[in-house]
Amino acid sequence: MTSNTTLATPLVRLTDVEFSWQANAKPSIHSGQLTINQQEHVFIQGASGSGKSTLLNIIGGIVTPRKGHVEVLGHDLLRLKKIPRDRVRADHIGFIFQQFNLIPYLSIIENVILPCRFSKVRERNAIQRSGTVREEALYLLNRLYSTSTPDFNKPARELSVGQQQRIAAARALIGQPQLIIADEPTSSLDYDAREAFLDLLFDEVRASGSTLLYVSHDPSHKHLFDRVIDMSSINSLSS
Amino acid sequence: MNLRTLAWKSLRSRRSTALLTVISISVSVLLFLGVERIRVNAQSSFANTVSGTDLIVGARSGSIQLLLYSVFRIGDATNNISWDSYQTIAKNKQVDWVIPISLGDSHRGFRVMGTNKAYFEHFRYGQKNHLSLASGKSFDGIFETVIGSEVAKSLNYKIGDQIIISHGTVSTKFTEHKDKPFVISGILAHTGTPVDRTVHVSLAGIEAMHINWQGGSKKRRIVRELTEENLQPESITAFLVGLKSRVKAFSLQREINDYQAEPLLAIFPGVALHELWRLMSVAEKALLIISIFVVLAALTGMLAVSLAGLNERRREIAVLRSIGASHWQIMSLLITETVLLTLAGISLGIAMLYIFIFIAQPYIEANYGLFLPITWPSSRELMMVSLLLIAGLLISLIPAYRAYRNSLIDGMSARI
Repeated sequence: MTSNTTLATPLVRLTDVEFSWQANAKPSIHSGQLTINQQEHVFIQGASGSGKSTLLNIIGGIVTPRKGHVEVLGHDLLRLKKIPRDRVRADHIGFIFQQFNLIPYLSIIENVILPCRFSKVRERNAIQRSGTVREEALYLLNRLYSTSTPDFNKPARELSVGQQQRIAAARALIGQPQLIIADEPTSSLDYDAREAFLDLLFDEVRASGSTLLYVSHDPSHKHLFDRVIDMSSINSLSS
Repeated sequence: MNLRTLAWKSLRSRRSTALLTVISISVSVLLFLGVERIRVNAQSSFANTVSGTDLIVGARSGSIQLLLYSVFRIGDATNNISWDSYQTIAKNKQVDWVIPISLGDSHRGFRVMGTNKAYFEHFRYGQKNHLSLASGKSFDGIFETVIGSEVAKSLNYKIGDQIIISHGTVSTKFTEHKDKPFVISGILAHTGTPVDRTVHVSLAGIEAMHINWQGGSKKRRIVRELTEENLQPESITAFLVGLKSRVKAFSLQREINDYQAEPLLAIFPGVALHELWRLMSVAEKALLIISIFVVLAALTGMLAVSLAGLNERRREIAVLRSIGASHWQIMSLLITETVLLTLAGISLGIAMLYIFIFIAQPYIEANYGLFLPITWPSSRELMMVSLLLIAGLLISLIPAYRAYRNSLIDGMSARI
């Protein structure tokens, strides 16, 4: 697990993190030492219920473990107050979930732009790259829709799941966050759409030099990644 | 796109429930402000009905009753007072002027009042305004009449029209003084008081039309020459008194109340008006309480809609959290939504109030004698809607807190 750490800088570092949903229950997360380096593409494999989502919530600063040390981009998350902790997530992490990623009442373009409304850092990055936030959103969308482009002013709720996942990817990527976390992003897609989506995701992550943390129960794509971590190694329930 | 736009777009996506919530709030605001408007205008129109009169004298009964029939033309006198008593008091050296009032007849729902020229000279209302004629002249002949503005407007009368006066205050075809039509000689300017709804004739005119009547039915026709002299009334209903010095009002009141020849009652109009208003304030308070409850019901409805929608929105809130929204921003979103709904409800309610006043103004004036002017919201009304807005804000904390609790449980992974 400590293979590539000698040269690369750590982006996420979990040290002896213990977490359980109930106060006195046996911890469902028992991280030991878990390090994810910059620009690394990491695959975390685990069955459903193995604590994958909890792990992501911990890295995102949404839930706080009762023990241990969580460091994201040099920030000691557990020492930070709530608002700065939310700020770290807003500025540096882009999330893609299995489904229902979008705000249904916003248009496609508004959904993509949304992270720039919560983060000045990502807004600045987007403007630096394309001039305006909107231009950057259109650039990402056009890359994700190389063939047929839908009307980007359409409300998100009118799109198919496959299309929604592409919008979610564009949203996660806008403003170049250092860390992209994808939680089963392809599980609601069919085979062809899955391949296309993964190609796009890897292209974009490489282009922006981001770190990718990809979580799935399905091992079929793990060969695409630099490193595979099995959930059972950080989860006391399945160990 | 800040939180306000986000809240607005979120509301727009649920526009049918949002619209219903806004409507229910606006209806409650309409009721609330409407009651307040009517209360304030009724109170001021009450106070404005009569001014400059020091005493009202009538047969002994209750002071409110005397005030009601002599000034508001509501209800009937229990008894008349004799012409002699009237003459005696009118000649008292403290008395500056008197206005006799003789009631008991009507014209198509409007009360007929017999009086004399002193009425046009001395009667005052509002801020001591004198009556003025909008057109024509005061009555000269026995069968001439001066009508109030509302009478002219609602019956579409003009100078020179002939009208038939009915005996009694309930109009029936059998008891019309058909043999003695009156000619309209003048129409009074609008006053916003019961004067507008009154048909004024001379005391001689009242006598003249009753000449062949007795006890409310027609008698055998007796031909008699009608002149001012032989039409001297034997009794009148009440009279208004103006004094040379108000200081003497109490002593004259006592003198009249102790009058030996017949039982009389003298009242101070201001005191009686106050008593009457106190009586009305019970109804006014009941209305106010009802409207407060309607407002509470509307706010509860808004809360119910907001809480019911919260479960469907867990995913949306989780997504916002994952993008970087803080708990505070999630709560602000829900607070903003509720406050926007309340604001929209208040604005629509105020708009509806003005539309309502604009439409109902002539109807209310014609039927209840209450003129509702279109004026800017009073400071009291603004305070009321501000309180409502604050209530909306306080209520919004409930769904906001629930959303906060939900997002603590869900994290970024609410799967609904």
